[in-house]
Amino acid sequence: MNQPNERYSRQIVLKGFGWEAQQKLGAAKVLVIGAGGLGCPALQYLAAAGVGHIGIVDDDVVALSNLHRQVLYAAEDIGRLKTKVAAANLRGVNPEIKVTEHPILLDRDKVLELIKDYDWILDGTDNFTSRYLINDACALFKKPLVFGAVSGYEGQVAVFNVKDAEGWASNYRDLFPQRIREEEVLNCTQAGVLGVLPGIIGIMMAAEVIKLITGIGAPLTNSLLNYHLLTNEMYIMALTPSDVGRSLIPESEESFLQLHEQSLFPFVNKVREIDAQELILLYQRPSVLLIDVRDHGSRPVVLNFEHVKIPISAIKEEITGRSEQAFVLFCQHGTTSVRAAAMVKEVWGSSREIYSLQGGLMRWITELNLVH
Amino acid sequence: MEITVKVFGQLAELLSSSQLEFEEVTDTDELIHQLQQKFPAFRSATYAIAVNKKMISGNTILYHGNTVALLPPFSGG
Repeated sequence: MNQPNERYSRQIVLKGFGWEAQQKLGAAKVLVIGAGGLGCPALQYLAAAGVGHIGIVDDDVVALSNLHRQVLYAAEDIGRLKTKVAAANLRGVNPEIKVTEHPILLDRDKVLELIKDYDWILDGTDNFTSRYLINDACALFKKPLVFGAVSGYEGQVAVFNVKDAEGWASNYRDLFPQRIREEEVLNCTQAGVLGVLPGIIGIMMAAEVIKLITGIGAPLTNSLLNYHLLTNEMYIMALTPSDVGRSLIPESEESFLQLHEQSLFPFVNKVREIDAQELILLYQRPSVLLIDVRDHGSRPVVLNFEHVKIPISAIKEEITGRSEQAFVLFCQHGTTSVRAAAMVKEVWGSSREIYSLQGGLMRWITELNLVH
Repeated sequence: MEITVKVFGQLAELLSSSQLEFEEVTDTDELIHQLQQKFPAFRSATYAIAVNKKMISGNTILYHGNTVALLPPFSGG
């Protein structure tokens, strides 16, 4: 892209933007972590705007229940890797940019490797373990991070690790110093989400990235915006430094790895994910306990194989008293069950076999004869 | 003296309202204590506190007309 290009003519003509800003976008490397409800719209607009190099991180595959909000995917993509479908889509929208696929589960080692290759990070993940991992890695390397999250009808957006006029740069630990336990807050599967909300928040995140890269306007530096879909109310709060938060930010790669060793990631990596056929085989073995970690009343309903219901919030406590030799955990999409299985692994180590149903019940409805 | 409390996210469900008014409250610690008395489930909640749209990290004196915001963490994506 060496000269003004018709593709970008409508934004180049903008007062205060121009060819200079367009060149900055073309030279930028943005890593979008999580290609879900927030990641999809952000990716679409970053690619269309001409961000020169976009990386996409996600280890998940497309599921039917994603389609109402994850607008890069079509019905025919169900079961395919999100990174692959998203990347193909973005290359179609804008063949002039480079798109790199990272179909991996982000862990403490990979996050350090990955963010070194990019200048701007966008966190569109859906759990606190990932969010603190990304926050701490970005704070360590002083990488500008655009944060976004949704809950119910509300969303939050913030910009971290960008210095203000006084030279101060905030991060998520200035807001919530101690890592939040997953069970403290409902996720989208449990609480539900209206598709347009992550759409709005994801696009606001993309707008913040574009503002930061091009230097236009006033990004949400050291601020947190709360958006309420039902009332259209936006509430912006200024962040202030937290001594506790500061003391918890790792000062070196070694201390980062140590801090996140206590997270579930080492255990997540050791959880074996199985498909429906393996589940059926395991079910026929003696001393195998099947565990539904979804909330009570979830659908699809499991009627045709015996199991117990233990929500993730109670798993550690309940699992210690069980005498079975193997545990098979399942949930809606296979993400909560991996985390729950990691918690079981933390309790039992390698003295028990621990499995998680990959892709969850939604992927295996036919194979497992489930009732919608 | 009037203090407005704005409540975000799931906290609004916990406190049955997205906005509450307080009359006799001198600082943020006392406000939190009163909320805990009134809503026992609030004790175990996690939230950040802002006074007049600025986050605070310790007990802060409140004045007539101040707005206190209680903001829980969101993780959904």
